[in-house]
Amino acid sequence: MSKPELIEVKTRTSGQVVFVIGAFLVSVLLLSQIGSQTEWNDRARTVAAQPRLWPAVALVLMVLGFGLHWRSMRRRRPDAIDWLEVRRWVEPLEFLGWFLIYVLAVPRLGFLPVSLLVACALTWRLGYRTRGALALAAVFAVAITVVFKGLLGVNIPGGQIYDFLPGSIRTFFLVYL
Amino acid sequence: MEIITAAIEVLSRWDVVLALLVGSIGGVAIGAIPGVGPAVAIAILLPATFSMDPIVGLTLLLGIYGSSMYGGAIPAILINTPGTAVNALTTYDGFPMTARGEGRRALSLAYSASFVGGVFSVVCLIFLSPVLAKIAPMFGSREIFLAALLGIILVVVAHRGQMLIAAALAGFGILLNTVGLEPAAYTRRYTFEQSWLAGGIDLIVVVLGLFALSQAFVLMTMDDEKIRLPRSRGSLLQGFRELGRHPRVAGVAAGFGVVMGMIPGVGEFTAQFMSYTSARKLSKTPQSFGNGSSEGLIASEAANNAVPAAAMIPLLALGIPGEALTAMMLSVFYVHNVVPGPGLFQNDMDFVVALYIALLILNVLVVLFLLASTNWLVHLTRIPNRFLGMCILLLSFVGVYSIRNSTVDCMIAAAFGLLGYVLKRLNMPIVPIILGMVLGGIMEVKLRTSLARIRAPLDFIDRPIAFVLFCLIVLILASTFWQVWRGWQSPDRRTPQKRAAQAFSKRISGRNARHFEARRKQQRRRRSYDHMGS
Repeated sequence: MSKPELIEVKTRTSGQVVFVIGAFLVSVLLLSQIGSQTEWNDRARTVAAQPRLWPAVALVLMVLGFGLHWRSMRRRRPDAIDWLEVRRWVEPLEFLGWFLIYVLAVPRLGFLPVSLLVACALTWRLGYRTRGALALAAVFAVAITVVFKGLLGVNIPGGQIYDFLPGSIRTFFLVYL
Repeated sequence: MEIITAAIEVLSRWDVVLALLVGSIGGVAIGAIPGVGPAVAIAILLPATFSMDPIVGLTLLLGIYGSSMYGGAIPAILINTPGTAVNALTTYDGFPMTARGEGRRALSLAYSASFVGGVFSVVCLIFLSPVLAKIAPMFGSREIFLAALLGIILVVVAHRGQMLIAAALAGFGILLNTVGLEPAAYTRRYTFEQSWLAGGIDLIVVVLGLFALSQAFVLMTMDDEKIRLPRSRGSLLQGFRELGRHPRVAGVAAGFGVVMGMIPGVGEFTAQFMSYTSARKLSKTPQSFGNGSSEGLIASEAANNAVPAAAMIPLLALGIPGEALTAMMLSVFYVHNVVPGPGLFQNDMDFVVALYIALLILNVLVVLFLLASTNWLVHLTRIPNRFLGMCILLLSFVGVYSIRNSTVDCMIAAAFGLLGYVLKRLNMPIVPIILGMVLGGIMEVKLRTSLARIRAPLDFIDRPIAFVLFCLIVLILASTFWQVWRGWQSPDRRTPQKRAAQAFSKRISGRNARHFEARRKQQRRRRSYDHMGS
């Protein structure tokens, strides 16, 4: 097995320690806030009616679960390979950015134009640069608009840019695209 | 008879028929594409079904749920990659058959076994419905609370080797459900003075993030595999004839599927593993299991297809989802103010029967579709990973944004997408989060109602069903602690199940390695002939 492959395989199991420590610390932090983030109702007739009960149950379960798992791990401190895995966790941030751009652009530029733009640009970015791949991406963007907004009538508002279109076309664009 | 007539009337509506067709055909296609799976598809489609009638929306989702496992067998058999996670065991015997040039025989065996599993489970449920209608009214608040608690415990216990993490993640799900305004006194919980948290965190947003967006991220950060489809011969009908020679294997497997499907938190994996193990024990040729055994293939496929219909039982009868997919379907009920639970079996029996008949028709439709379209369906396995990731990313947007046109929802979904990506990379379970969210809410409400009606703690279990459920919880907890304690005591700290599973996977991986080595040798030989020729 080559070195990169070896690292890839090892990181799959080793990254756990960072995640578990992080999750444990967040759980402890949240549990420490239970006094200010939930209320104790003096008029409640039973403990089940206390608003604080279920957050407390959940957080105790989290602290115990993550804490005991951390304790049962063979290595309790992260090493270089763990941090290598953490670096892989931030890889999707780029695609998350694409997703948020898509979210912010749709109400302004409209569902169909933005879907077309994002599908083709993302296809290009992912390395599929043939005409066929780009055409397929465009067909896919048109298909999801037609199926979801046109046929199923899902709740996606028309783009602000459609306001500049003439009368009847504008209505069509607002309703179906 | 009246109920059946009313149910058929409901099912003959054009929109229900269309939903059944789209669901069954779409489900097969989704199953045939490795990397999508029914959870992603249902999560994406869920908001679109909110505008439909409950019967239409549920038929569509059930269609996808029930038929995706049929489609999932195609890549599992032909390219050794399960289309859905529950087709993993199908690769053990399906792929070696393909390697021998018997791909079509393996496919037809899988289709016929799936059909038997699917139909058997629906027939069982139709006969069980009157019994359930009688038992369901005996479930009050405390029984539902205990059943939900049992569900959470079973989900945690089912994750052997990861029980602590599963419990912590179930706790995280319960915490997510508590965020926002508390339902009785309307006090704020864990909102950190943020107005966008006051309304709580929507289940669908979390589901879309954890299942769909995370899968898009996984696929987009992966490399593409070059897939070569193997050549195979034979008829797609021969499996139906061959299945007749193994009625006991198919029957037992379907039985396991029905029983396991009805138990919350257990599901397809346990049903498949148990039916596969029992089929191997009962077989005259146990050595052929894992090397292309038709019995092994029948056992795994019949078991996993019997689960979807059975999994609807705790959902419809008690309002308690047993796994993530039925938890998603529960939200369709809630949106339409249809409350699944004892009342549904008493008042809307025709609705329940309509769902069962829809499942029955679905199985027939899917098999007919598969017999006609397998040749082109296999090409779906060639869709490149990253392109598929892009498609899921765009579809996830439709799912999240269409709920209430909220950018905040999209950001929350993106955050959960990242969390899901990390959990998937670490091989940690996602399902406990979803079930924690759903069952946590049920437990909070039911415990409050039931405690208000009792005087002493023992009154909580003074009714027969509550007592049985309580005993079951104690029994499961005691046996789990006993097994964990015995595991710690033994010098080899692996449970017998884990040892068996490891030995089994070693055998399978050895078999796969031998197969791929033989293929590599063949390719090298062919290449050297080419060089000599040129």
